[in-house]
Amino acid sequence: MSTVSVITGPRRGWRSAGTWIGAAIVGVATVCAIFAPLIVPHDPFTQDLSKRLLPPFWMAGTNPDHLLGTDQLGRDYLSRLIWGCRISMLIGITVTIVSGLIGITLGVLGGFLGGRVDDAVLFAITTRLSIPVVLVALAVVGLLGSSMALLVLTLGLLLWDRFAVVARSTTMQVRNLDFVAAAWCAGCSRARILLGEVLPNIASHLVVVATLEIALAILLEAALSFLGLGVPPPLPSWGLMIAEAKDYMFFSPWVIVIPGVALFVLVLGINLLGDGLRDLFGARSDP
Amino acid sequence: MSALLEVEQLEVSFGRTGAVRGAALTVERGETHCLVGESGCGKSVTALAVMNLLARGARRSARRLAFEGQDLTRLSDQGMAHLRGNAMAMIFQEPMTSLNPAYTVGSQMTEVLRRHKKASQRAATDRAADLLARVGITAPGLRLGQFPHQLSGGLRQRVMIAMALMCDPKLLIADEPTTALDVTVQAQILRLLASLQRDLGLGMLLITHDLGIVARVAHRVSVMYAGEVVESAPTTELFANPRHPYTQGLLRCVPVPGRIKRDQPLGSIPGTVPRIEPGFQGCAFRERCDFADATCAKTIPRHAATADHDFLCRLPA
Amino acid sequence: MGAARFSRAPRFRTKLAPAMLQFFARRLIVAILVAATVMVLAFALTRLSGDLAISIAGPNATQADVEIVRKAYGLDKPLSVQFFDWVGRAATGDLGDSYFFKKRVADLIAERMPVTFTLGLTGLVIALVVSLPLGILAAVRENTSLDRGVQLVALIGQAMPSFWLGLLLMITLGLQLGWLPISGTGSWQHYVMPGIVLAFSAIPALTRLTRAGMIQALGSDYIRTARAKGLSRAAILLKHALRNAAIPVVAIAAVQLGFMLGGSIVIEQVFALHGVGFLAWESIGKNDFPVVQAVVLVLAVIYVALTMLADLMNAVLDPRLRGP
Repeated sequence: MSTVSVITGPRRGWRSAGTWIGAAIVGVATVCAIFAPLIVPHDPFTQDLSKRLLPPFWMAGTNPDHLLGTDQLGRDYLSRLIWGCRISMLIGITVTIVSGLIGITLGVLGGFLGGRVDDAVLFAITTRLSIPVVLVALAVVGLLGSSMALLVLTLGLLLWDRFAVVARSTTMQVRNLDFVAAAWCAGCSRARILLGEVLPNIASHLVVVATLEIALAILLEAALSFLGLGVPPPLPSWGLMIAEAKDYMFFSPWVIVIPGVALFVLVLGINLLGDGLRDLFGARSDP
Repeated sequence: MSALLEVEQLEVSFGRTGAVRGAALTVERGETHCLVGESGCGKSVTALAVMNLLARGARRSARRLAFEGQDLTRLSDQGMAHLRGNAMAMIFQEPMTSLNPAYTVGSQMTEVLRRHKKASQRAATDRAADLLARVGITAPGLRLGQFPHQLSGGLRQRVMIAMALMCDPKLLIADEPTTALDVTVQAQILRLLASLQRDLGLGMLLITHDLGIVARVAHRVSVMYAGEVVESAPTTELFANPRHPYTQGLLRCVPVPGRIKRDQPLGSIPGTVPRIEPGFQGCAFRERCDFADATCAKTIPRHAATADHDFLCRLPA
Repeated sequence: MGAARFSRAPRFRTKLAPAMLQFFARRLIVAILVAATVMVLAFALTRLSGDLAISIAGPNATQADVEIVRKAYGLDKPLSVQFFDWVGRAATGDLGDSYFFKKRVADLIAERMPVTFTLGLTGLVIALVVSLPLGILAAVRENTSLDRGVQLVALIGQAMPSFWLGLLLMITLGLQLGWLPISGTGSWQHYVMPGIVLAFSAIPALTRLTRAGMIQALGSDYIRTARAKGLSRAAILLKHALRNAAIPVVAIAAVQLGFMLGGSIVIEQVFALHGVGFLAWESIGKNDFPVVQAVVLVLAVIYVALTMLADLMNAVLDPRLRGP
């Protein structure tokens, strides 16, 4: 067959506007997260009941001192938003480190060793997928009391499945490539081959999974905090901000719109960046 | 009466690459016309262009592209769909993947007749069973209820042929129908095609790169090179008196019993088909041709050797 | 002759080949093992917090009260005895009694399950009604602005916090436009908003899968054959391409329904839908551990059953899986 299909492809990788928008959002969020104590205009925990529920700058009756207004306890909304970004990013990244360590270890071992080990890893993945994440996370936090460390550990123990699936399948592909066979023949040890040959070659796939997992962890933390079993108050998690403002939302919708938009934009940005990286690496992220 | 299929000055391009450049050919009623040439020379694209089955992104134009005198370039998509599978049918190179894995052989065969002839399911099933028997499939009733993955490659190609014949087409285009099959099966399929063509009086455009096939079944041969038909003649005339250096080269590559000696090496044509950029002029074969000189880079005239033998070369003899 | 035999032959033989039966037997064993593992985990989960008797007895209870509770609920027995007691009774369908609701857990779950299932199915139907046309459109118009628009919709769906979307819908569709009831379970309208929110979580995956499957199908040789047969555009797209593209979509849809049932806890809470998720949320707040462990187990078993159903549907849809 001599049929040639020449269709100009879509813009991908760094040539895509989406990647740049994603990178910009993640960049701003990172700066906010790291320098939150320095850039917040007010203390995010100081209450001032004389200034309750001030509207943001685009509405009538705004106070120029509080650009995004104040919450039901008179705390500065912009400051709480920036502080909340710090919490979201912190949780997203730490949860991904925990889940990545678990998932990558399991996946690489299963994919590399095969046989019984692989059967066990597959069984672990199947079992993990059958467990309802939100329910179990709620139960753990509900029974043990809410703290950041517990939340991170719980989510980390629950979100490793995609890491395991992708690490396992990519390891299987790499294992059968010529340079790994060459390393075997050169007498390299198993550990040397795993760390020196396999891991570097599946790293790009795992980076893409990591972006997706950071986004997922941030969304889950917000949902758990919204249900009151995530980040403990008075920490300004975005999910908690929405939960606390819920009773006022019919009269002052912006109290839930502002943290919700922040959450949506951050997660969208991380996903856009992840998609860009995937196209850049030519990696796959779907199980 | 006009010929069954007339193609003049056919051009197909993908982006900036010209895949077919001014090809011309004519298929008469009841005639087997072979289109030969090495891979990538535009044979399949020519066939797909005739059927209007080119991939999206391809551009097609022609001075004349007519089926039974009807201008195909002016036909709507719907009008073309009405001809396809009906008066003109096509079979492909890849029998393993050309049938839909999700439907039975029977359902895929009957839908053609039901669409074009508004036949009942009953009548269409009967016709399908008859045709399966006609293409040499035993137990056609059983086969109709089977799925493609339950059949071998040779059987699937027979199903494809039977399916193409459902509506009694006048023209059958066969794009390298035996390439993907085992050698023994190749001969069977080819014999089948030749006998069907003779018995049903089909006009057949058979695309192949196998000159052995050509010698056995073709009435007329057109040789394609880099998107052009460089020589066209009745089969015996072409084999006896090839005029284009490329045709001569092709024929030297084929072992013919009686004509070659035991210890003499077979011929070969050095090099590959060049990539044709826009603005290309002259003979595309000149880089590989023993007789090429500076005039080959100019526009090449078409010469007629006899009334029905013409070729595209600056050398008249 | 042959034609008559064909017309009597059934169109789709659903008889499974021995290889398939073996495959499903294996799947069943794995499913039972998964359920057993989940039982261990769910049991361990509820014992994490230390002395359950103290939390059940409440903050004002005396030491004597706690001891009474401990005895009454069998918490004085060794953990292994408690565990096998639970497993043994769960195997017969007895999931224990709720401390807070003073009812059999199995009855509680059976009472609440219809709400969660209705919600999950509503979400799945909405998700499919949105995803299938979007995915097909994007594939047919691959690499056009329409395609990029559809992919943007998928990205937006992926980034949307479900509880927040729920609140936004309550403000707009519920309060400002007054189209739909804000919370509760009185009528079918009550399920529309939560259904939309739940659907959002499945739309990205289903749309992408439909698009990818359709692109692959449309580029295949059998679609070229269908075009060469002169079939109508609708028949080519919907009969020949979609049928093959739908095989993975149907499987994932079943799995997504499992995720939706597990994830509906947030949405049930937002919309005050008294389903299983709401029950679990209440029980967590009350330390009602027999209910919590039972809901975890039931949702896990439903998920495993749905994945097996997905495999079965794959076998029905894809003749190649049914063996020669």
